[in-house]
Amino acid sequence: MIRRRRLPIPRAWVSPLAILGIVIAIAWVIVAITAPLWVPYEPNAQGLPRLQEPGVDTLLGTDAVGRDVFSRLMTGASVTIPLALLLVAVSLVLGTVLGAVAGYFGGWIDEVLMRVTDLVMAFPTVILAMVVAASLGPSLFNAVLAAIVVSWPAYARVTRSLVLGLRQQNYVLAGRLLGFSPLRSLLVDILPNIAGPVVVLATLDVGTAILLLSGLSFLGLGAQPPTAEWGSMISSAIQNFDAWWIGAFPGLAILTVVLAFNFIGDSLRDVLDPVSSGERQAAGVATAPTAKSDAAPSGTAAAS
Amino acid sequence: MSATVLAIDGLRIAFGSTPVVHDVTLDLRAGRVQGLAGESGSGKTVTAMSVLGLLPRTASVSGSIRLGTTELVGLRRKQLNEVRGRRIAMVFQDPSASLHPQLTVGHQLTDHMRRHLRLDRRAAKARAAELLDRVRVPDPEGALHRYPHQFSGGQRQRIAIAVALACDPDVLLADEPTTALDVTVQAGVLHLLRNLAIERDLAVLLVTHDLGVMSAIADDVAVMRHGVVVEAGTREQVFRSPAHEYTRTLLAAMPDGPGTNPEGTDVE
Amino acid sequence: MTLAHAPAPARPTRSPLVGYLIRRLGTSVLLLFGVTIVTFVLTNLVPGDPVAAALGEGAASNPQTVAAYVERYGLDQPLPLQYLAYLGNLMQGDLGTSLTTGRPVTTDLAAAVPATVEIAVGAILVSLVVSVVLGTLAAYRRGLVTDQVVRVVSLVGLSVPTFWLALVAFNFFFLGLGIAPGSGRLSPQYTPPPTVTGLYSVDFLLNGDSVGFFDAMAHLALPVFVLSLFTIGLLTRFIRTSVLEVLDRDFVRAARAKGLGGGRIVLDYVLRGASLPILTVVGIAFGSLLSGTVLVEAVFAWPGLGTYAYNSATSLDLPGVMGVGLVVGVIYLVVNFVVDLLYGFLDPRVRLG
Repeated sequence: MIRRRRLPIPRAWVSPLAILGIVIAIAWVIVAITAPLWVPYEPNAQGLPRLQEPGVDTLLGTDAVGRDVFSRLMTGASVTIPLALLLVAVSLVLGTVLGAVAGYFGGWIDEVLMRVTDLVMAFPTVILAMVVAASLGPSLFNAVLAAIVVSWPAYARVTRSLVLGLRQQNYVLAGRLLGFSPLRSLLVDILPNIAGPVVVLATLDVGTAILLLSGLSFLGLGAQPPTAEWGSMISSAIQNFDAWWIGAFPGLAILTVVLAFNFIGDSLRDVLDPVSSGERQAAGVATAPTAKSDAAPSGTAAAS
Repeated sequence: MSATVLAIDGLRIAFGSTPVVHDVTLDLRAGRVQGLAGESGSGKTVTAMSVLGLLPRTASVSGSIRLGTTELVGLRRKQLNEVRGRRIAMVFQDPSASLHPQLTVGHQLTDHMRRHLRLDRRAAKARAAELLDRVRVPDPEGALHRYPHQFSGGQRQRIAIAVALACDPDVLLADEPTTALDVTVQAGVLHLLRNLAIERDLAVLLVTHDLGVMSAIADDVAVMRHGVVVEAGTREQVFRSPAHEYTRTLLAAMPDGPGTNPEGTDVE
Repeated sequence: MTLAHAPAPARPTRSPLVGYLIRRLGTSVLLLFGVTIVTFVLTNLVPGDPVAAALGEGAASNPQTVAAYVERYGLDQPLPLQYLAYLGNLMQGDLGTSLTTGRPVTTDLAAAVPATVEIAVGAILVSLVVSVVLGTLAAYRRGLVTDQVVRVVSLVGLSVPTFWLALVAFNFFFLGLGIAPGSGRLSPQYTPPPTVTGLYSVDFLLNGDSVGFFDAMAHLALPVFVLSLFTIGLLTRFIRTSVLEVLDRDFVRAARAKGLGGGRIVLDYVLRGASLPILTVVGIAFGSLLSGTVLVEAVFAWPGLGTYAYNSATSLDLPGVMGVGLVVGVIYLVVNFVVDLLYGFLDPRVRLG
């Protein structure tokens, strides 16, 4: 049952996975903010010996033009992480607002919006992002735009279906009868109740966004040389198969960041969105025998 | 009085640290219908489920449930599966939920027969058609190839009863077997259960919250409240001169007043 | 009552399945137009000069070439007419000329599609089998160690950048251990089998060439493994949820009450019950798989759509990129239509009405 204005308190949300995720994510955010202050080399400086193996001087080796992989790796955090957070925030606001409006007002607005999301979702995400980024022209900014284009519909869909359900709830109807404005209804009655699933989606989406951005950069459609960006660092490793360290470490960086956000999001889902995590049904198992047969008065029989 | 087939003695059930059933003692006898009444949460369904070991892992069961000489509490899965469906069968509340929507009636009627009775496909099918005929499902042969959604609610429950009877069990547990059905077909299904009990010498445990249903077919009645049996006796005793205050309240709450069917005239 | 539900009603003139399929087909066709609108808009309404983008800088400096191009694609016409001209060209299989290969994009794509279909189908099969096992296991052991392990495994699968995994796997298994064959679809000493399906593994089999078949399979193994990991993560989480939901249904309890064996219950009752939601998500997983090919194929020099997209994207060959977008969009639509078909087949309520 959905209750009014009550965000579930994340009491069970102390799973080891969540804690691990939070620790890793915070560590990377700190790196992203402070990296320029302490990296040993200027990330784009080419003065070092080329293709040097990881060692004392250069912790993670050097690349084909003699740049320090470690310094580039750490600097890469300040490129990818803020952009991913930004693009998730923009997609979230855009999608949630459009979805709420569509769900609340229905009619042609809803129809148009849903058809547009159908169009976007008719393509696999990376493919559409690639096509959009290619036609906008290769740049990190355009890659972020392309990623927003493919990300917002998920929020719109989720929000719309939640709002559609909530619109029929008695307290929302009562608010309408009392003459409250739609805006008040959306903000006060509806928003708190959709926050859970949307927050879960957004947390998991940070990981997806990082994969997408680095993927586009890998394809040459995102960050341009000489920007120290993880995806393009991996891309440059293809030309130097033997120098495994050029590509291996940026990939590990992506993996750990994405994993951290997925750990957090997945643990959040158990608490904030039990329906899609399956925990609600599962919790029902324990009480099922009593709840099921005993609770049903004969009057409801026809419904089943 | 006929022989005891299933003896429940001092049954206790708890989910985690929450006790649901405190102390239930019941004897099921061949050819008789034992009613088990109570409100939601009284523990009657949990009691029925525990007989077949159908409770979730979180449930702890103690006490004794004896089928003949076999102790069912704590029985290992392998031996339990020899009892389930073969010697004790169950009919659930809502046949549209208890029959698999994607399996034909024939499949669901024969898979346990083939396992328990070691029948081949053809023999199992023939027996299945006979059973459907016995529970009065029209066109039994054709029905085998159809899916549950192609039948009416009453027919579905008849099919579920046929599934339960397929391996000729000694005990039938019926958990609110008519609650999910249209009022118009409830009597027919109850009638069928009653006749089957006599005809096959079945011991039936009828779990229901509906005292009207109870008074229609139960020979013996037990009333549960908060996990305890507060009253037990023959139908006549319990309905005519209830000993416990709670039973009197329940009877007074019946739509047609107490003793709708006090003489014990059966539905047929 | 009994009469109203008498068996064997007069057969309707049209099976309900046909109606269902016609509706689904209608949706697919509409989406197909939608896909072409998207590629049209992106091709012609992008910032900058679409003609230059399509022809490349060199050809675009020649006024005659530009004029010919503008006329051919109706670029001097109003937008709706431009779209019709674009559709007309698509119908004739004209997707423009690739700036990287100099050949018609259609020719290039036709050569690339079978290679991609081969690894995509391989990967979806592998992912499905692995994740059905893992997801079911996790659901049965909910809250126990197995469940937690499966959860971490699938989250890792969802978090690995596939293009990186491809690189690392290639380095490790080929350059490092030397147990994986090199890049491409076949070792150099073999010639491709006569084309029947375009899938080397299948065509070798049809041709009765077991040596070629094993070589083709060996080349498939690594790309398929790399591609599968993400979809395994996606499907496992979902299958776990679906199975949990089914485990709580009465028909599973009823099957237990019948004394059926555990394996029988899983296969006949639980997985069949979960098959419809699983099928739906397999369609979605196929999309992420197609996304993956674009990032993975290039590493293995696998001559499919992904490598073509990689080469086109890195050299800013817009017709090439657009062609891949269109073809992948269409493949995705077809896959989802097939999913709908299977759905109708698996659910008797849809099939029989």
